[in-house]
Amino acid sequence: MPELRFSPAALAEVKRLLAHYPADRKKSALLPVLHLAQNELGPHLSVPLMDYVAGLLEITPIEVYEVASFYTMFNTRPVGRFKLEPCRTGPCALNGAEDLIAYLEKKLGIRDGETTADGLFTLKSTECLGSCGSAPVMQIGEDYHENLTFAEVDRLLENLKQRAGR
Amino acid sequence: MILEHAGNAEARTLAGWRKLGGYASVEKALKGMTPEQVGEEVKKAGLRGRGGAGFPAGLKWSFLDRKSDKPRYLVCNADESEPGTFKDRYLMEHLPHLLVEGMIVSSFALGAKTSYIYIRGEYMYLLRLLEKAIGEAYAAGYLGNDILGSGYSLDLHVHPGGGAYICGEETALLESLEGKRGNPRIKPPFPASQGLYGCPTVVNNVETIATVPHVLRMGGEAYAAIGVGKSTGTKLISASGHIKRPGVYEIELGKVSCEEFLLSDAFCGGPKNGRPIKAVIPGGSSVPVLPLALFLKTAKGEARMMSYESLADGGFVSGTSLGSGGFFAMDESACMVRNLWNLTRFYHHESCGQCSPCREGTGWMEKVLHRLEAGQGRLSDIDLLVDIAKKIEGNTICPLGDAAAWPVASHIRHFRHEFEYHVKYPEKVKDPRHGEREPVAMPK
Amino acid sequence: MPKVTIDGQTTEVAPGTTILAAARQIGGALVPPAMCYYSKLKGSGGKCRTCLVKVAAQSAANPNPMPKLVASCSTPVADGMVVANLTSPEVLETRKAIVEFLLINHPLDCPVCDQAGECDLQNLSYAHGLQRTRYEFERRTFEKIDIGDRIQLHMTRCIMCFRCVYTADQVAKHRVHGVLGRGDAAEIGTYIQNALDSDFIGNVIDVCPVGALTDKTARFASRVWFLKPMDAHRACTKCSGKVALWVKGNEVIRVTGRRGAYGEVEEFICNECRFDRKELGDWVVEGPRRIESTSVISANHYTDLKQLHIVTQKHLEARRLAGAGPEGSRPRGPHEGGQADPAALISG
Repeated sequence: MPELRFSPAALAEVKRLLAHYPADRKKSALLPVLHLAQNELGPHLSVPLMDYVAGLLEITPIEVYEVASFYTMFNTRPVGRFKLEPCRTGPCALNGAEDLIAYLEKKLGIRDGETTADGLFTLKSTECLGSCGSAPVMQIGEDYHENLTFAEVDRLLENLKQRAGR
Repeated sequence: MILEHAGNAEARTLAGWRKLGGYASVEKALKGMTPEQVGEEVKKAGLRGRGGAGFPAGLKWSFLDRKSDKPRYLVCNADESEPGTFKDRYLMEHLPHLLVEGMIVSSFALGAKTSYIYIRGEYMYLLRLLEKAIGEAYAAGYLGNDILGSGYSLDLHVHPGGGAYICGEETALLESLEGKRGNPRIKPPFPASQGLYGCPTVVNNVETIATVPHVLRMGGEAYAAIGVGKSTGTKLISASGHIKRPGVYEIELGKVSCEEFLLSDAFCGGPKNGRPIKAVIPGGSSVPVLPLALFLKTAKGEARMMSYESLADGGFVSGTSLGSGGFFAMDESACMVRNLWNLTRFYHHESCGQCSPCREGTGWMEKVLHRLEAGQGRLSDIDLLVDIAKKIEGNTICPLGDAAAWPVASHIRHFRHEFEYHVKYPEKVKDPRHGEREPVAMPK
Repeated sequence: MPKVTIDGQTTEVAPGTTILAAARQIGGALVPPAMCYYSKLKGSGGKCRTCLVKVAAQSAANPNPMPKLVASCSTPVADGMVVANLTSPEVLETRKAIVEFLLINHPLDCPVCDQAGECDLQNLSYAHGLQRTRYEFERRTFEKIDIGDRIQLHMTRCIMCFRCVYTADQVAKHRVHGVLGRGDAAEIGTYIQNALDSDFIGNVIDVCPVGALTDKTARFASRVWFLKPMDAHRACTKCSGKVALWVKGNEVIRVTGRRGAYGEVEEFICNECRFDRKELGDWVVEGPRRIESTSVISANHYTDLKQLHIVTQKHLEARRLAGAGPEGSRPRGPHEGGQADPAALISG
């Protein structure tokens, strides 16, 4: 297993983030640094990775576990390379979210919350993404995909597969 | 007013924003006004917090403990997560510099030397956009040391959340900013005396802060002349659901009737599928739902207007709340039991778990609703739900408990017949889309 | 000094005193119950909502009521404040609701729970609970986990008071456990296999209001009401060495801090005193600990252990003279015929 260490660029980013907060409040950088860790060394926050973050911020490991397990964006369990997060809440549900989720389940052959056998996709429906006017919507990584149709979903998944070289 | 330049690509860069008159409020305030004078204008403007509670911003600012020798903080609440609400996202995406400008003058008024924008983690692309805008503002001398030679210095940073609706509650937000779980704090003490790092802090919504430059530009009194009564100024409304023209609209408070907002092509454009609208939630999922008739006209028979007061007319019995302006409409195909189950699942999912009524009650309500929705409930379940909601409401640490209770109370108050239908016709409701084939008739 | 009136009784308190502390100053039945607040733990309180009370008048200057019920443990009094606890039907109705919320996911496994008999939740439900449940769904359960070789965590029973977390931070000064997850899936845990092993961590057992954290060295050894609590002390380099010994005959079954008023220990004790000193000879016994007459621990209606001892001696003498079995043999209970031995009822 490769050593868990941030790249020099990421370490510079940690330094930049820490400068945002008072010197004796390093813990404040925990959420942004966890995002960074998940992006750079993820896609999930393993225990060694969280311990590494604890060391960087000079806090105890349990403080990191407590926080990582509270927020839904942090993957404390292994996930696929691409996490597909269709919104399932209120206004989206009025405009096709349930159909979208059912379509994704059928297309990927998995249930909501599961990962495909090839480790490529995790389907995890999520609560309101703040995109109610362009429902149905799905977040993949940092990108919002809005006003989705089934054809658009097909195209998206094809692109992701290509990006992964499959 | 706020959205005047939204959609104009120029508005996204500092140079373009300045050409459009941007950053004039910074020049005006820092060069020619005292912090107290800025606060006074905001007070005169009657600007009410745009996050949902509608608390007067000037009053909130005046509570800030200025006698303390600790640093003071301004934190912008960009954790927009209330279902039905997406106006802050729209605002930040199109007018990032308006928010930065608002942060500078508001921080100046409060005497903050460091300020933060706490943005929900899902809006990471906006965080990058805001950081770019902030970088430009530093380069142009609007941020950093001795801004425009005024002697006032300010650092502004953006902080991402991690996926938690509860962080929209201001003390949970501060906990999260301190790198902790988003557990709301027990109040008192309030943030005005002990907020971020135990220091005096003001937390304001994105739209509230973005309004401050306009207040300064035109003066508090002129701003207060817009709108009606205590509903001064304009409000962004996020419109979605079964309507033709979803999107973000800026309305002059109290001047647009609910009927016009719902039906006119200048706004929602009416129902999108030709089916009549049956219910409206006008202020985000937490506020009481209203049947169309009560949305259009108050119980007294007066035309209802889009304003804080008019929407609240009738209290929670026959009225609702403007809330965050997260407006969504449902046509007669929508199943109100399923809608309520969906929203209750949301609150259950987002409960932080700290206090017992919310932690245990939200999950209980979701389970009972799931059973009812699937046609496996009993008539007594309906009153059970009302009772659980009543026992959560008002008894929790933070308003999430109320936010979970109000939809339950209002859906059942106004659409009890649909809940009874689910008990009487379990076969018909097996299909979650039963409403599309055979809408449940409103009782006469 | 601010004056506050609670259920009709007025007292004067130091500025900044909370309603709960003021009520405790008055004492008696009007004191609101508290499941999460612990006066010795900073930051505790406000969460369980069992201590909610009605503020009928905010102060002399502002006689308006507060719009909502408030947590008495974290709301400071103001001069002239009028508070209703037992005199408010709204408060009692709400308290009943809170108990119901606390119980819907509680396993109600009191018959096999070591905490039974000294459990705050048991007492609270007895005083304020409904006699039936309206909850018809599967209850939330967790696997039991050992957090170290001497403390067991039975999360299923936990009511999320957070006291053990504050104890680890403030008393043990070393925390490897905490609150994980959120909402009704939140749990107390270590996340990874980890042992709670700092010198004062055993106090998490004493502060736990329910049977979620129990002493493994005394696990299933005896029902608490069969034990005699004795005040005892020893010279300890780490703590005051002042403890409560829970004895059965001459056997020390467990050692705890001295739980006094409102279930709080008088002093936190170290792990060595708690777990490693289980011989009577390790201790200087001061005498029997006073137990509230309402406690199930005094269910056998003794008020003074010394007096009972005399009875026992007399009884044994009588038995010796009557030519009964050897000392220490199990006497017969009333249902078996013959005379019950009071000593047996107490020492089991």
